[in-house]
Amino acid sequence: MIHFVILISRQGKVRLTKWYSPYQQKERSTVIRELSGLILSRGPKLCNFVEWKGYKVVYRRYASLYFCMCIDPDDNELEILEIIHHFVEILDRYFGSVCELDLIFNFHKAYYILDEILIAGELQESSKKAVARLIAAQDSLVETAKEEAGSISNMISQAI
Amino acid sequence: MNPFSSGTRLRDMIRAIRACKTAAEERAVVRKECAAIRSAISEHDQDYRHRNIAKLMFIHMLGYPTHFGQMECLKLIASAGFPEKRIGYLGLMLLLDERQEVLMLVTNSLKQDLNHTNQYIVGLALCALGNICSAEMASDLAAEVERLLLTKDPNIKKKAALCSIRIIRKVPDLAENFLSPAASLLKEKHHGVLIAGIQLCTDLCKVSADANKHLRKNCTEGLIRILKDVSNSSYAPEYDIAGITDPFLHIRVLRLMRMLGQGDADTSEYMNDILAQIASKTESNKNAGNAILYECVETIMGIEATSGLRVLAINILGRFLSNRDNNIRYVALNMLMKAIAVDSQAVQRHRTTILECVKDSDASIRKRALELVFLLVNDTNAKPLTKELIDYLEVSDQDFKGDLTAKICSIIEKFSQEKKWYIDQMLKVLSLAGSYVKDDVWHALIVAISNAPDLQGYSVRSLYKAFRTSFEQVSLVRVVVWCIGEYGEMLVGNVGVLEVEEPLTVTESDTVDVLEACLTGHSADITTRSMSLIALLKLSSRFPPTSERIKEIITEHKGSIVLELQQRAIEFNSIIQRHDNIKSSLVERMPVLDESAYMVKKANSSQENIVAVKSSQMSLAGTSVTLPNGVAKPPAAPLVDLLDLSSDDALVPTSTSKDFLHDLLGIDLTNSSSSGFSIAPSGGTDILMDLLSIGTPVQSDISPETVSSNQGFAPTTKPTPTTVQVLDLLDVLPSNGSVAGDQSPLYPSITAFQSSTLKIMFSFKKHPEKPQVTEIHATFMNLSSDSYTDFVFQAAVPKFIQLHLDPASSNHLPANGNGTITQTVTVTNSQHGQKPLAMRIRMVYKVDNQEKLEQGQINNFPPGL
Repeated sequence: MIHFVILISRQGKVRLTKWYSPYQQKERSTVIRELSGLILSRGPKLCNFVEWKGYKVVYRRYASLYFCMCIDPDDNELEILEIIHHFVEILDRYFGSVCELDLIFNFHKAYYILDEILIAGELQESSKKAVARLIAAQDSLVETAKEEAGSISNMISQAI
Repeated sequence: MNPFSSGTRLRDMIRAIRACKTAAEERAVVRKECAAIRSAISEHDQDYRHRNIAKLMFIHMLGYPTHFGQMECLKLIASAGFPEKRIGYLGLMLLLDERQEVLMLVTNSLKQDLNHTNQYIVGLALCALGNICSAEMASDLAAEVERLLLTKDPNIKKKAALCSIRIIRKVPDLAENFLSPAASLLKEKHHGVLIAGIQLCTDLCKVSADANKHLRKNCTEGLIRILKDVSNSSYAPEYDIAGITDPFLHIRVLRLMRMLGQGDADTSEYMNDILAQIASKTESNKNAGNAILYECVETIMGIEATSGLRVLAINILGRFLSNRDNNIRYVALNMLMKAIAVDSQAVQRHRTTILECVKDSDASIRKRALELVFLLVNDTNAKPLTKELIDYLEVSDQDFKGDLTAKICSIIEKFSQEKKWYIDQMLKVLSLAGSYVKDDVWHALIVAISNAPDLQGYSVRSLYKAFRTSFEQVSLVRVVVWCIGEYGEMLVGNVGVLEVEEPLTVTESDTVDVLEACLTGHSADITTRSMSLIALLKLSSRFPPTSERIKEIITEHKGSIVLELQQRAIEFNSIIQRHDNIKSSLVERMPVLDESAYMVKKANSSQENIVAVKSSQMSLAGTSVTLPNGVAKPPAAPLVDLLDLSSDDALVPTSTSKDFLHDLLGIDLTNSSSSGFSIAPSGGTDILMDLLSIGTPVQSDISPETVSSNQGFAPTTKPTPTTVQVLDLLDVLPSNGSVAGDQSPLYPSITAFQSSTLKIMFSFKKHPEKPQVTEIHATFMNLSSDSYTDFVFQAAVPKFIQLHLDPASSNHLPANGNGTITQTVTVTNSQHGQKPLAMRIRMVYKVDNQEKLEQGQINNFPPGL
């Protein structure tokens, strides 16, 4: 199972974290600190797996962002690479050639997408189209709610 | 900007934070935002609630505390609209984790949302439940999730299936409820539902043997059909990755097939054809195809596959190993470790390639390869492999040297057939990486040299040569110092020269030069320097011409600022000056060190380490427990949560207490051995006492308590008081209950558990001064006619009780009640007098290598515990 997903930038800034196993706040920041030290220092031609505290961390770099997933030692590392790519492709389609800034300003959207791909640390959907459909349907639900609501809440929704 | 807004928009806040140039600026912005959000919360501002939560999530990601927003998430979830709920659930998953009490408050809202008519709201609730539910919530909401597994909508179905995985991981007892709905999911066409359903079945197999049996009987055929359909399907754009239709589905089916085929020849036979097809037909030029091949190989290794199929699998790994892509090579090494158990000959064929991987520039690959090489070593290839590894040690990365040396040393120790080879190899390792070698390795070398009278001359000469080139390697220097102290005259007199040796001329003053260099060198630590002083003292009696010079060197250190050195120098000085008559007998050569006793002690201490490592792994893993045989077992989650704590607590104190004991007892051993004292029985004078009292600094690994207690005792050290001290120390420790003597039991013994195969008796003991603590003495008896191996007893208790499990007397339980295992369990009932004891227990053991599991609940504790 996937224990957590972390997106970190080249500079070590956290862009997204999702924890499927219980980690306390303190542990979370130690984990992030340790892993970014470990992963960001690795050269470009090396393999995409790092062994860490009895787990394995599979990471893949896309432009300035590192997508990292922590898995059990007997999970399929190559498949996790595909899951990461799956996630990235869906993000890319949703935002239209995604960049780091999209994920910063619309971080909640990235979380919504991740929630349609993984639950309980397991893969939920292998079709990019299906995920896109579900996200679009929920986005339009939000839009409808906005239009129905009065002017004040309309403005609030925009603020988000 | 919204005129009614009480704060900034989310976008503006992010922009403001990004504009900060220093951490202090960022903190200031965040502080201001948090203050605004707090005041909005206290004013019960509803209009901006979801914006505030969105901001808090961003702030949380930056690592600032956001706990004050948790209740706001609950309020958002409780509101009626979808947009509020959506952000509320997101906040819940991000800002809370399952251990927070607040989470329980959301159970009711979750229940309502799971019954909502809008499928997306149901989806949100399922997602949140699947990601963060605790064991309590899992039990409360399992029925709802079970019902949702049977709905029509695929979106809800797949989410419910994954949510069920979380539920059975948290509460394995619920597994049977999910079995039949899970099996019916395998008949679906929708890939998302199939993927989730297959995953659920895999997890069911992990927690319940019955589920495994049921699925094996009813679903194997269906699974094979799914795999056939998906692997033979024509181009399907929706699921296509690099020309392969849905590799994710492939992989999950293969994984479940592995669970079902394990240990069952008929089922495995049934899978043969499709596995052969996947293994031979899958394209291996893209990662997706390789991922499937990798999973397929693992399945072939895991089930009772035919030998032809296994050859096919090993060949795939061979191809992987020669791949240029580092990822592929990494997984090949990983899988070859498992393949060794199946066919070690086939793996041996790839030895040279694997050895090359040890020298790879990639740390992950090096580490895997080194572990694999370690498994590949046997009597025939030990010598060439050791040579290769030692050659590589010279050029390897600094941060890899530690791992590498440890492995080389254990290979040398394990496979040495002749002493000379052992000593030679150790010397090479010490001179190349002596600073990375652990203490027990060079201790063992000294013991070995002491036990090899024909090689002592050779050893000391080789060491002397090695020292001249590698004087900066700490442990090499220590061995050199010790050996010169003991066998210095063999060095000078060329005693016992072997044929292979080149002649070497060393004068008496050369040896003193070496020791002086060790004593005064900048890099020398206190242990090395103390050892040098002793060696000098020994030489002063063996080489009378140098004694004047040695006396001077020792006198120089009478003013040393290091107390230990000063004391040694002063005392040795007085031996040289005033007790010349007994000096020679005092510094005689060490008696031969007891090799077998040392090995036993070393084995024990490494076992302790394993226990400690195991317990730390258990506390770390959280979701998987590593059993002693190295098999990771996915356990019953809530039980394990409790066990994690308890075993962690229980194992650590016991192991440390034993360490104390070892170290204390070990003082006599290592002390005399490594500090190089010769205790001549005749020389039992006051001076000897003094000498013994200071011979402590060599045990660098002793915990402070032991050292202090030992030194406190030092002035009158005699064998008997030391042992008394050992007992005293142990008495202080909490885990010595068994030593405390037999008090008559106040509480009746009970039969805690009885099945047709196993009986467990509990007897109780209480200390009057600690009413809440009960010591339970558990006795296990095997009622069946087969003996049990790898017997492990686990217990879980409610939160108000604390549990400590001491190690069991054995893990082997003979058949027909011919012998028992005993284990002490200490429970602390924090609500003593208000609530009775309760305990759930679980026994895992093997009969003929078949794993068995029994569990039960104990409610018949005598009242008043």
